Amino acid sequence: MNLTEMKNDLSSYDGEDIRIMEVCGSHTAAIAKYGIPGILSPRIHLLSGPGCPVCVTPSSYVDRLLDLAMEEGNCIVTFGDLLRVPGSTKRSLSTARGEGARVEMVYSPMDILSLAEKEKDTTFIFAAVGFETTTPVYAMLLQELERLDIRNVKLLTAIKTMPEVIHYLMASGAPIDAFLAPGHVSVITGTKIYEPIAEEFQIPFSVAGFGGQELLAAICGIVQSRGKGRVLNFYPSVVREEGNPKARALIDKYFEVCDGAWRGIGQVAGSGKILRKEYERFDAGSRGLDADHKANPACSCDRVLMGKMRPYECPLYGKVCTPLSPQGACMVSTEGSCFSYFSNHRQDK
Amino acid sequence: MTEDKILMVHGSGGSATGQLIDTIFDKEFSNETLDEMEDAAVLEGAGKIAMTTDSFVVTPSEFPGGDIGRLCICGTVNDLLMRGAVPKYITCGFILEEGLSVDLLKRVVHSMAETAREAKVTIVAGDTKVVNGHGELYINTAGLGFVPEGVDICGKNARVGDQILVSGTMGDHHATILSQRMEIETDIESDNAPLNDMVEKLLSSGVRVHTLRDITRGGIGTVLKELSLSSKKTFLIEDDKIPVSPKTRDFCGLLGLDPLYMGNEGKMVVIVEKEDCEKALEILRSSKYGENAAWIGEVTEDSDGKLLAKTSIGGLRELDVLQGEGLPRIC
Repeated sequence: MNLTEMKNDLSSYDGEDIRIMEVCGSHTAAIAKYGIPGILSPRIHLLSGPGCPVCVTPSSYVDRLLDLAMEEGNCIVTFGDLLRVPGSTKRSLSTARGEGARVEMVYSPMDILSLAEKEKDTTFIFAAVGFETTTPVYAMLLQELERLDIRNVKLLTAIKTMPEVIHYLMASGAPIDAFLAPGHVSVITGTKIYEPIAEEFQIPFSVAGFGGQELLAAICGIVQSRGKGRVLNFYPSVVREEGNPKARALIDKYFEVCDGAWRGIGQVAGSGKILRKEYERFDAGSRGLDADHKANPACSCDRVLMGKMRPYECPLYGKVCTPLSPQGACMVSTEGSCFSYFSNHRQDK
Repeated sequence: MTEDKILMVHGSGGSATGQLIDTIFDKEFSNETLDEMEDAAVLEGAGKIAMTTDSFVVTPSEFPGGDIGRLCICGTVNDLLMRGAVPKYITCGFILEEGLSVDLLKRVVHSMAETAREAKVTIVAGDTKVVNGHGELYINTAGLGFVPEGVDICGKNARVGDQILVSGTMGDHHATILSQRMEIETDIESDNAPLNDMVEKLLSSGVRVHTLRDITRGGIGTVLKELSLSSKKTFLIEDDKIPVSPKTRDFCGLLGLDPLYMGNEGKMVVIVEKEDCEKALEILRSSKYGENAAWIGEVTEDSDGKLLAKTSIGGLRELDVLQGEGLPRIC
């Protein structure tokens, strides 16, 4: 189908309502960027799920990071969008920096190597949050730390895996009829990983790229497969059925499966990765960071992440909770559901 | 202000900067001229004069395509030009941190002098202070220009039917500085340039220019949203028409940045009468620094101030000012 045919199909759809959840922050951002909600029939609903890694990181992790940041001789190294995520109080790495903590922003975890070699008396702690996409890079970093015998780098990890949380959402009765499967995650995991969930719940998965037309094609695939337990691959240029076994082997060398603590959602069995015991020397204290306290009790990030509420339905949205004073993590990252709705004035139902 | 300390986000040019200005500076300094929130003030005197001030704190002080010296002249001159003024005089205050390399200072000052000649302004006063620090330098300027009789260019002048143009590619300066700070190897160069040539030609050609605005911090997204608010109009732009160089587009893709929200130092928005659109575009494209000028949209209706963008697949989205610092994303 060409673009016009897809748009006609999707705008004129008048079958049963379909609720499609995307579980990748880049998809959330791309959906807004291409104005996709306005192209779809009012019967096709897009829901933003737990796809932004900083949005699902529990407050106890941020609190631990803040404690480490305030310790003499430490330097926290992080990706940009973690800087402003509040912990259980209103403090964030950004405010800690204002209080004198040393926090460096990098675009690749590997940048920590040169920092560590230049300043041997400083302990550099990488805030290693992320999904299957980012984990291989952390494994590569660990490989380099071992090879170069660098001892002043540690990781504070909050690593999550996608299939387990998708299963959890479905099993807990979230109102979802299909998933736009994450493009980057699927490069590592492969498409096969979604098959058991598709079959169990008889819902389609559509692996999607990040262009406007690619997203429309994936949504068309879902509409045509409504109610069927299928995995469709609309991103075949980079995603294969088997994924990337080499990357997964490297992850398994350094990390083992653990229960994951998801902000707002809670403990999800087997949905996390943690450094193996034999590599504990690289761990800055990541075990047991399961507690999650809302900085603002009225924050509805949990319901938003589970597809039970639209961001704009939250009582705090756009009032006390804005990108300038985020009350929950979803309003912080450019890929967070609330941030994306707010900055694009999204009102779709 | 929700914070009790100044944070980096307050310098982003987006909504946090707006909040800082509203709650601290505007509260105390508010007057008719400042409240216009234009790039330069047009004042009564012997005829109309335009006046502006700016501070330059960029690190690194030297970067591909320019340096803090060239930047401070361009930034000041361009602010004056955006009100249709002819830039004439500049003052500069240097704040030098102990340990600053004298060679670096010489290069910066030389670059300032050269750029001032190019922009046809005279540096008429200056001051130097040295403070403790790490060898960085900061420059504060004031600029003064004369507004020719009958020229009235400002943000609130945009009218329904007007056409919106930009003078070149978006995001190059921001991408240059970010790649330097993050040690990412690219050959993107800053666009810092004085816009005298194109503004002079536009104004002398008879093109009916309603608004000019320097597209600096916050990017074209922030600038157009602000202009829509000050003119109380809806602006409709087309994503596909916004010029971005392939290198900058790739760089933004890598870091998850949006070129619409990245700063420039030698680009402007031009809002003109519909009938003069072609002529204006031709003038921009034949001017120094304007070869990539493009039409990007139009002013469609009266409203509270709305910025809409038609997307490449025919969708529609509503844009706002930059929110947050425009930080690179995580994955």
